[in-house]
Amino acid sequence: MTPKQWKWSLYHIFVSIFALLMMYPVIWLVMSSFKPSNLVFVTAESLIPNPWVWENYVIGWQGIGAQSFAVFIKNSLVLVILSTIGVVISSAMIAFGFARLRFRGKAFWFTVMMITLMLPYEVVMIPQYVLFSKLGWLNSIKPIVIPNYFGNAFFIFLLVQFIRTLPAELDEAATIDGCGKIKLFYRIIVPLITPALATVAIFSFYWRWEDLLGPVLYLNKPSMYPVSMALKLFLDSQTVSNWGAMFAMSVVSLLPVLIVFFIFQKYIVEGISTSGLKG
Amino acid sequence: MRLRAMQDNLMGYFFIGPFVFGFLLFTLIPIVSSLYLSFTDYDLFAKAEWVGLANYEHLFFTDSKYWQSVKVTFIYVIGGVPLRLAFALMIAMLLNTTARAIGIYRTVFYLPSIIGGSVAVAIMWRYLFGDDGVVNAAIGLVGIDAIRWFGNPLAALWMLIFLSVWQFGSSMLIFLAGLKNIPASYYEAASVDGANAIQKFIKITLPMLSPVILFNAIMQTIAAFMTFIPAFIISSGTGGPLDGTLLYSLYLFRKGFEFFHMGEASAMAWIMLLIVAALTAILFMSSKFWVHYESKGGN
Repeated sequence: MTPKQWKWSLYHIFVSIFALLMMYPVIWLVMSSFKPSNLVFVTAESLIPNPWVWENYVIGWQGIGAQSFAVFIKNSLVLVILSTIGVVISSAMIAFGFARLRFRGKAFWFTVMMITLMLPYEVVMIPQYVLFSKLGWLNSIKPIVIPNYFGNAFFIFLLVQFIRTLPAELDEAATIDGCGKIKLFYRIIVPLITPALATVAIFSFYWRWEDLLGPVLYLNKPSMYPVSMALKLFLDSQTVSNWGAMFAMSVVSLLPVLIVFFIFQKYIVEGISTSGLKG
Repeated sequence: MRLRAMQDNLMGYFFIGPFVFGFLLFTLIPIVSSLYLSFTDYDLFAKAEWVGLANYEHLFFTDSKYWQSVKVTFIYVIGGVPLRLAFALMIAMLLNTTARAIGIYRTVFYLPSIIGGSVAVAIMWRYLFGDDGVVNAAIGLVGIDAIRWFGNPLAALWMLIFLSVWQFGSSMLIFLAGLKNIPASYYEAASVDGANAIQKFIKITLPMLSPVILFNAIMQTIAAFMTFIPAFIISSGTGGPLDGTLLYSLYLFRKGFEFFHMGEASAMAWIMLLIVAALTAILFMSSKFWVHYESKGGN
C-alpha cells in the first residue's frame, strides 16, 4: 500500500471503532432484549445472547396496567398524526405570511416569534395547566394536540428560511396571471416547499413520539397512555427480574424512530444543517 | 390605495393569525399569569392569595434544595455543553473529507441525537450504568474499580452528563455544514505559507466557524437548562441519590405537580426565564469579541 492508502486505512479504522463505540449502548439494548431475563446482567459484558429467546417480546407485548402494548402504540400514533397534521398546515401558512406578504406589524410579530424560540416551556407549563383544566381538557389529548394547530416557532423559522430561497418572480408571475395570495400559497408555494414540509413532519413525529411531559401532565389513565408513558410504567413497576420485557418494549418503541430515520435521513440532515433544529 | 393596504393587512393576518392567536393564548397570557402566580400561594385547589415576595424569599433563604438544584444544573450545563460541543467539532472535522462512507459515519454519529430524548434510551442508560452493568465491566477491563453510579450524587450527575455528550450529533451536523462553507483556498494559501495543522485550526477554522459555534453554544445551553426526561426517568422522578440529579426542571416539576406549591414553582419558572434570557444576552454581547463574520453584511 502507498503511504496515502495507509493513512486512509488508519482513518477508517479509527473512525469506525469510534462509531462502534457510539452505537454500543443501542446494540447492547437490542441484544439484551433477546437474552433470558435472568441472564441480562450476569452476562452484561458478553454481547451475543446465549440462548436467543423471543419470550421477552411476547411478555412485553401483553403490556402493563391491563393494556396491551398495541394500545399504547395506537395511542402514540393518534397523538403523532393529529399533532403533525396541525403543525405542518399551520406552520406553513404562518411561514408564508412572514416570508411573502406585506402587512403592518410584520416585523413586530416576527421578532415575537423569534423570542418564543428561546422560551423555556417551564414558564408557561403551570398557567397552561390551569387554563386547560378550566377548559375541561384534563384527561384528554386536547392539551397535547390542539396547541400544534397554532404553529411552532422552530418550524415556522425553518419554513420562512426555505420560502425565502424561492425566486420572487414566481409570486409576480402568479399575480399577473390573476392568482390571489391564497391560491399562490397552495398552488405554487406549497408544492415547492414539500421537502421542507417533510422535514417539519419528521421532527414533529419525533417530538410527539418521544414526548413524556405532556402525557405525564395531562393523561392519567393507562388506556390513554402513549408508548413513552407505558415504558415509564414498566420501569416503575419493575419487579426485580423482568428486565427482558422492558428492554424488548424499549426496542419496539425505538423501531418507528429508527425506520423513519433511515428512510428520510436526507430531510433530517438538511433540517438540522439549515435551521439548527435539535434532534 | 388605502383599500389595497387594508386588503394586504387582512391577508397578512389571515395567514399569521394562528400564530398571533396561539401566542396570546398559550404563551403571553401564561407568562403573565406565571409572574402573578409567583407572588401568590396558589396550590391548584384553593383561591390564590397574594403573598408578596414570600416565594422568592423562601427559595433563596430557606429552601436548601433549591440551591442544590441550581448547583446540579450548573454543573450539568458547564460540564456537559463544552464537552458536547468539543466532541461535535472534533468529529465534524474528522468527517469533513470527501472519503466515501462518510454518509454512514455521519448517520451513526447522528443517531444518538435522534433517539436520545426518549424514555427508552433513558432506561437503557440507567441499566448500562447499573452496578453490574456494561460501563462498570468496561472500566474494570482497564483496572478501575466498579463505581456505584447510583450511590454517589456526583457520579449520578456525570451519568446524565455522559448521556447528553453522547447526543452530540445535531451540533456535529451544524458544524459540518459550517466547515463546508470555509473556502478550501484559505487552507491552501496557509499551506503554501508553511502553516501546520494546529495553526490552520486556530487561525482559520475557529474564526470562520465562530458564528456557528455561537449558535450551537446558545441553543445547547438553553436545551441543557431545560433537560427533564433523562433525570426524571433515571432517578425515578426523585432527583436522587441525595438530590444529585435534581435538575432545575425536575425540581420545578416536583414543586408544582407533586407538592402543589404552584406559586413557588412559578417563581422558579420566572427565575429560569431570567437566567436563560441573561445567558442568551451575554452570549450575544460577548460574541462581538470572538465571533468573526466573513463579509461586512454579516452571514
